[in-house]
Amino acid sequence: MSNLVEGATGRWEVVIGLEVHAQVISQSKLFSGAATAFGAAANSQVSLVDAGMPGMLPVINEVAVEQAVRSGLGLNAKINTYSVFDRKNYFYADLPQGYQISQYLQPIVGEGVITVDLEDGSSRDIGVERLHLEQDAGKSIHDRHPTKTHVDLNRSGVALMEIVSKPDMRSAEEAGAYVRKVRAILRYLGTCDGNMEEGSMRADVNVSVRHPGDELGTRAEIKNVNSIRFMQQAIHYETSRQIDILEDGGSIDQETRLFDSQTGTTRPMRSKEEAHDYRYFPDPDLLPLEFSDEFVDGIRATLPELPDAKKKRYMAELGLSEHDAQVLVSERDIAVFFEEVATGREAKVAANWVQGDFFALLGKAELEVADSPISAAQLGGLIDLITDGTISGKIAKDVLETMFESGQDASVIVEEKGLKQVSDTGAIEGEIDKVIAANADKVAEFRGGKDKVLGWFVGQIMQATKGKANPQMVNQLLREKLKP
Amino acid sequence: MSVDKATVARIAHLARIGVGEDELEPLAAELSGILNWIEQLNEVDTETVPPMASVHDEALRWRADVINDGGKQADVVANAPDGDNDGDGAFFTVPKVIE
Amino acid sequence: MAELTEIGIAEARDLLSKGEVSSVELTTAHSVAMAEAQSLNAMITETPAQAKAMAAASDARRAQADGGEVGALEGIPLAIKDLFCTNDVLTTAGSHILDGFKPPYESTVTDKLWKAGAVMLGKTNMDEFAMGSSNETSYYGPVHNPWRRQGDGGDNRNLVPGGSSGGSATAVAGRFAMAATATDTGGSIRQPASFTGTVGCKPTYGRCSRWGVVAFASSLDQAGPITRSVRDNAIMLGAMAGYDPKDSTSANKAVPDFEAALTGDVRGLKIGVPKEFVLDGMPVEIEALWQQGIGWLKDAGAEIVDISLPHTKYALPAYYIIAPAEASSNLARYDGVRFGLRVDGSDLTEMYENTRAAGFGAEVRRRVLIGTYVLSAGYYDAYYLKAQKVRRLITQDFRDVYEQVDAILTPSAPSAAFAIGEKSDDPISMYLNDVFTVTANLAGLPGISIPAGLSDEGLPLGLQVLAPAFDEETMYRIAGVLEEAAAFTAQPEKWWRSAS
Repeated sequence: MSNLVEGATGRWEVVIGLEVHAQVISQSKLFSGAATAFGAAANSQVSLVDAGMPGMLPVINEVAVEQAVRSGLGLNAKINTYSVFDRKNYFYADLPQGYQISQYLQPIVGEGVITVDLEDGSSRDIGVERLHLEQDAGKSIHDRHPTKTHVDLNRSGVALMEIVSKPDMRSAEEAGAYVRKVRAILRYLGTCDGNMEEGSMRADVNVSVRHPGDELGTRAEIKNVNSIRFMQQAIHYETSRQIDILEDGGSIDQETRLFDSQTGTTRPMRSKEEAHDYRYFPDPDLLPLEFSDEFVDGIRATLPELPDAKKKRYMAELGLSEHDAQVLVSERDIAVFFEEVATGREAKVAANWVQGDFFALLGKAELEVADSPISAAQLGGLIDLITDGTISGKIAKDVLETMFESGQDASVIVEEKGLKQVSDTGAIEGEIDKVIAANADKVAEFRGGKDKVLGWFVGQIMQATKGKANPQMVNQLLREKLKP
Repeated sequence: MSVDKATVARIAHLARIGVGEDELEPLAAELSGILNWIEQLNEVDTETVPPMASVHDEALRWRADVINDGGKQADVVANAPDGDNDGDGAFFTVPKVIE
Repeated sequence: MAELTEIGIAEARDLLSKGEVSSVELTTAHSVAMAEAQSLNAMITETPAQAKAMAAASDARRAQADGGEVGALEGIPLAIKDLFCTNDVLTTAGSHILDGFKPPYESTVTDKLWKAGAVMLGKTNMDEFAMGSSNETSYYGPVHNPWRRQGDGGDNRNLVPGGSSGGSATAVAGRFAMAATATDTGGSIRQPASFTGTVGCKPTYGRCSRWGVVAFASSLDQAGPITRSVRDNAIMLGAMAGYDPKDSTSANKAVPDFEAALTGDVRGLKIGVPKEFVLDGMPVEIEALWQQGIGWLKDAGAEIVDISLPHTKYALPAYYIIAPAEASSNLARYDGVRFGLRVDGSDLTEMYENTRAAGFGAEVRRRVLIGTYVLSAGYYDAYYLKAQKVRRLITQDFRDVYEQVDAILTPSAPSAAFAIGEKSDDPISMYLNDVFTVTANLAGLPGISIPAGLSDEGLPLGLQVLAPAFDEETMYRIAGVLEEAAAFTAQPEKWWRSAS
């Protein structure tokens, strides 16, 4: 598949690298004991450390370290048992210390690789350059006052993992698939909730273009993009903007840009337009971060099955198709749901129901699996009713819809609405006899060799029994009675 | 190494300290004097010496992940030279930033 | 009451425990003396009402204990360097930029002192952000040394007390604080102690918590006491020191009984005398004092060993890269947003630049600029990294030497106190004040200055004892013997006393 973009002067290749900022799941902040929960009153989750008060000192949170190591292992990356915290110095309203504690030359996690799955069924390996721990900044609010910016430091000091990719992506689709995959892995690991709306995951997108085979072009960095859709829009816009400039004989400025979701465009960031000189140096308030191989092994031993391994198992052990397996492992919540439905049941049937009708209903209601009105156990209960012949698959679809609306168990709905399949030979025979008696011409057609008419008879019986007749039984009895 | 006026202006801006045009020249001379004095370090052969950031040779200690701080909004903003408590919470304020 | 200001912690402790004096009496005597000494400008904030209340509470605790166990500093009135954050009491670091700052927290060190029963008399003047060796860089003006030159030279200019802990040293020397906290980044305890005839100790890096102490250079800053005697110093350091989980650089080591180390016996100890500390142009009286100290220790049974610390010469230039680099970052938080001074501007950047231009004095600005420069792109390796490498060499010098000797004896400062204004035009000559002290900061080692004699002009001169990391006990043991041999009893005339 070619990702090249046609331009007036030839074909262009877009080169994308991503810096994903993922908020670590932890109770307290990276270097202080203040809470990390989202949505609290302004400055209520701020310690004097987070506010950069004079003489305040950082002390590292052990869970942040564990989570970073866990994430590194999930990204198939090298874990550095010796790493160093540095100060990144710059002035900004929401940066109370005047520096961000980050890791520069010696990050906690080194190179790794993840496999991303593309829509055409192919997959690609994307390199991870590094993962490091750093503090989040506070929040600037510009719309509360005509001449002032308000600052809330609740986020200040929250632990972030910055996951830097190699410039390995060549299309917006690949970039989207990469972010989805990183998010899925972190969610499987329980190290980041991946909630982009609440800002617990966001990305800085580096985009450049070049003619295939050329050196890397000058890149623009689009800051703080907070949805995959926006990121892809930004990449598309940025690609054509850069190509237009280059084809007009211009050059690309290495600059920081902002994405405007209203217009779908990017523009230079005014407040950070000047060249930065971050003056990184080791934070003298902290010592090097060191841990043993045993510590890493201990975390490795508790890693859950990750999507790639799970997908292989679904295909090999459960006999699912690659597509089904891919869809079911794409999010941890889906896999957990599926596995519960599949336990003690035919896996393929469970897979069909989960990603078929169930997903369709979720999609219509714009819900995630986690918010589903019916549980995995309930969906399993529905499948059981089909398996034991209580209802037909067709009836089951209607039952599922009712379950979705009411939250009731399938068995209750089937009972209340009298949807039990009729498997009583006598009752079905009675209906068949009636239909045969009333339609001598059709009987003649069938006996004359027109097999298709059988379908018409089945339809009549199903109609007469309001769909409750066991279809196999109807088929079988009809064939017997229609025999010449 | 001697620093010129432009360099002084650049580092003063990096450090966010306003320096008047008339102060740049004397500051450049002063800083150059100090830097020249500092450069006697070049006499020392440090080719094979690893840098030393801290005299401690211990590893960093970790704290348990418990919430035992925060919830002190009033203390946090008590010393703010300009703040705003508009009912939704207590904020620090700065001149409007346009991103 | 006057004599109550002449005694030290150890003696006061005895009188208090015998019930011969109350903390309120001791404290009041010092508060009164402090009020009379305002012309020395040693204090930024005096807190006599709080002092009296704390003293009364101390007396009540002592009564409650009824002869039982009380805090190590129960009832002892102290002055606190204005670099220590004190709850709801103005804390300025000697800077305009911290105007009006009342911390809603108490530094670990002062908290430990109050828990040990001590009483706060007020906050002492200091060089701005502890950057200075003369106390002339304070926004609150210079401190005047209680000592004046004697003799017929006719030079009666007021002298500097040294710095940066000039206010603390002056309060102790001027007998209006029984002891004081101080901090030492390149010599800021030991040099003013030397200039004022007091005892000043910088313990091992990590011995005292830095939590709540306004940071200058984090990898070098260390708190310590300035006192009137070695014993007082040992008592007070015992109360200040200790592991603090809130400071990642605090040492998780038990605090020994420093006072118990004062055995008066240095027989068999090997004392190193480093040849690199003999400077060209060093005043003869400093050299003579050093020889005198060597003699005293020999007489007491110690063995003197000539040693070499080959990289000593490079300590000051390395320090003037590392300390400003760290300071340039540590001082970034003074931005007019969350505390202290704000000078408005048309936008955020201008507000920062106006605030920091108005808020920082010339020396702080100089060091922030140097620090910014040495960390900036293209210069980091040549300056900052180079200095860190030299720092390792200096530290290694000490490790090697401590294989052969138990401690090191040097002068504390290259001169006696100088006049206000005498060196303030030449930063480098000012920096050279710390030539004997700064190596201990770079290597993180404990050092103490004790008054050992008078200059030709009648000014106090100090000797410095350096010891291996976390061996303050040996340092105190030697300092105690030197103190006894020196029998330094001279005191300045109280010329500053206002009629009251």
